[in-house]
Amino acid sequence: MARIDIRNVSKTYPGAATPSVADIDLAIADGEFIVLVGPSGCGKSTLLRMVAGLEDITGGEVSIGGRVVNKVDPAERDIAMVFQNYALYPHMTVRENMAYGLKNRKTPKTEIEARVAEAARMLELGPYLDRKPRGLSGGQRQRVAMGRAVVRQPAAFLFDEPLSNLDAKLRVSMRGEIRRLQRRLGTTSLYVTHDQLEAMTLADRLVVLNAGRIEQVGAPLDIYHRPASTFVASFIGSPAMNLLDAEADGARLRIGQNVIQAGAGFAHRGPVTLGIRAEDLHPAATGLPFRTDLVEELGAQRLVHGFIDGQALVLALDPSVPVRDEMFLTVAPERLHLFDTAGGKRIGTTDVRAVHARVPA
Amino acid sequence: MMNRATPFDHLILILATLFMVLPVAVAIMTSTHTAVDIHSNGLSLAPGGHGVETYTTVLTKQGGFTGQVTGLRMMMNSLILGIGFAVGKIVLSMLAAYALVYFRFRFATAMFWVIFTTLLLPLEVRIMPSYQVMSDLKLLNTYTGLIVPLLASATGTFYFRQFFKSVPDELLEAARIDGAGPFKFLIDVLIPLSRTMMAAIFVIMFVYGWNQYLWPMLMTTEERFFTLMRGIKQILQVWIGSQIPDYNEAFALAILALAPPVLVVVVFQRWFIKGLTESDK
Ligand SMILES: Nc1ncnc2c1ncn2[C@@H]1O[C@H](COP(=O)(O)OP(=O)(O)OP(=O)(O)O)[C@@H](O)[C@H]1O
Ligand SMILES: [Mg+2]
Repeated sequence: MARIDIRNVSKTYPGAATPSVADIDLAIADGEFIVLVGPSGCGKSTLLRMVAGLEDITGGEVSIGGRVVNKVDPAERDIAMVFQNYALYPHMTVRENMAYGLKNRKTPKTEIEARVAEAARMLELGPYLDRKPRGLSGGQRQRVAMGRAVVRQPAAFLFDEPLSNLDAKLRVSMRGEIRRLQRRLGTTSLYVTHDQLEAMTLADRLVVLNAGRIEQVGAPLDIYHRPASTFVASFIGSPAMNLLDAEADGARLRIGQNVIQAGAGFAHRGPVTLGIRAEDLHPAATGLPFRTDLVEELGAQRLVHGFIDGQALVLALDPSVPVRDEMFLTVAPERLHLFDTAGGKRIGTTDVRAVHARVPA
Repeated sequence: MMNRATPFDHLILILATLFMVLPVAVAIMTSTHTAVDIHSNGLSLAPGGHGVETYTTVLTKQGGFTGQVTGLRMMMNSLILGIGFAVGKIVLSMLAAYALVYFRFRFATAMFWVIFTTLLLPLEVRIMPSYQVMSDLKLLNTYTGLIVPLLASATGTFYFRQFFKSVPDELLEAARIDGAGPFKFLIDVLIPLSRTMMAAIFVIMFVYGWNQYLWPMLMTTEERFFTLMRGIKQILQVWIGSQIPDYNEAFALAILALAPPVLVVVVFQRWFIKGLTESDK
């Protein structure tokens, strides 16, 4: 168990014109579960692999447990990694797969056996210990890969999209299992995914990456309720936050022909991007005129797609609320998010953290 | 789906099988007759009564000018050549492929193609220089001289290279994190994974080594190094004289020359068919 400090880390692949990862600063506390999330190609794997030692660090410093590891071999970094395709040794049994790393470290035989047995019990792999990976289902292979990491009792777990080869249902249950396991072992974890739901549910803190840079770091709910930019706003949350072009004039916001009130104290003039979560819009007697285009029934809720003044919009409604072709919508002023149109940075003053006080875990 | 086999398909298969097997059967049967018998009655499909003595003679009779060489000795030489060839080629080409795939030195690809094209030239093209080198190294009439010059294998290197390239990178990375260095990775992961590939190459190379004729003839002049291939030739040369050639012994030797490669193929076939059907990846 250890803290991980990533200081100013950059990576430029040989021959590449621009860095794939640039100036990442991140301090990971002991036992923390950090999730790196972002669209494909944003440099998540590259950053993780630099921590693992599988990729050279071209700028900055990574330290694990206070020791700078830039030039340290992956085996000496005291980390364990779980790969997307599991990377199990096909010719070894489950038991041998888990024991291999310990054997190479000259761990005493009895100790190896004890640790493998413990991991097998924890991950319910007992019946499969003498099988080869090809005789296992995807979920079981995934668990073996976890087991291989667990038996090492490393300072940190590194996960690179470990669940993306599983079907949706299994992904949800494995997600819970990973979280429980991590809580129980208290091992510092760095987890890469492009699935924002996975990111939200697993993370103590979420790191949203965009084009090799950190866009925002924070607790999942903070990021959900206070996205720092339009990029984060559209990436975190499903359905994605509605982003509308608007014109600000003090606290008055004009969307096409319609005017709504922003929270008090907002004093900005000129074009802004207005962000509204789908669940924050409610039908009312008066308000923004909304024309319904398409309804998606999800069971617990209903997604209604449509337009306000020609701009596409989604609202999430309770199935008991009737949907009409023409509706008026209202939104509480403190639920509005305002972003700079040019740079996409948040300029909204309304702080919704007070509204959604976090329940301590 | 495959079509069901019709009687016609079976007929073709049976005919083809007969076509392939009959000459071998004739050789086996004929080898159990006496030489005189064969000379007067020709080839035979019925067993004769002299099998045991013919094979005993062939295996144990001191032959040649010096009386140093028996059939058993020739068989051993052939085996040494075949196995030495196959094992040597596998080891060498696997190590070459390992270096080419996993160690990123400059011009690795270019180097691979250079190796590949030069080795595509048949032995006959470079036989004189090879002979010269071996002669200068005083390696004529040794097993080393017989085997080593032919060990470099473009085909083997190529197959291993393709196989190593198909092994997922994550396996190497997982092994690195698990504390396996380059040597351990080769021994613990790559070699076990290439077992079926090795079996296939072993079969091909064993048969290739076993069947060598020109190179052993050039390299070895002492009879104690003779291989079966040369032994058969030796017997048939007697034909120049007026006596009846030892047809039966020639046939027996041919059968003996045939048996080990067949055995190797049969044994290893089980291996690599197993490897092909239950994919390891
Ligand atoms: N070996 C490499 N050589 C050159 N460029 C690379 C290499 N690996 C990755 N890149 C580039 O670096 C960038 C980041 O890649 P990375 O694999 O970290 O993305 P990612 O966030 O993990 O994406 P994904 O979600 O698709 O896995 C990409 O633009 C990619 O093209
Ligand atoms: Mg990736």
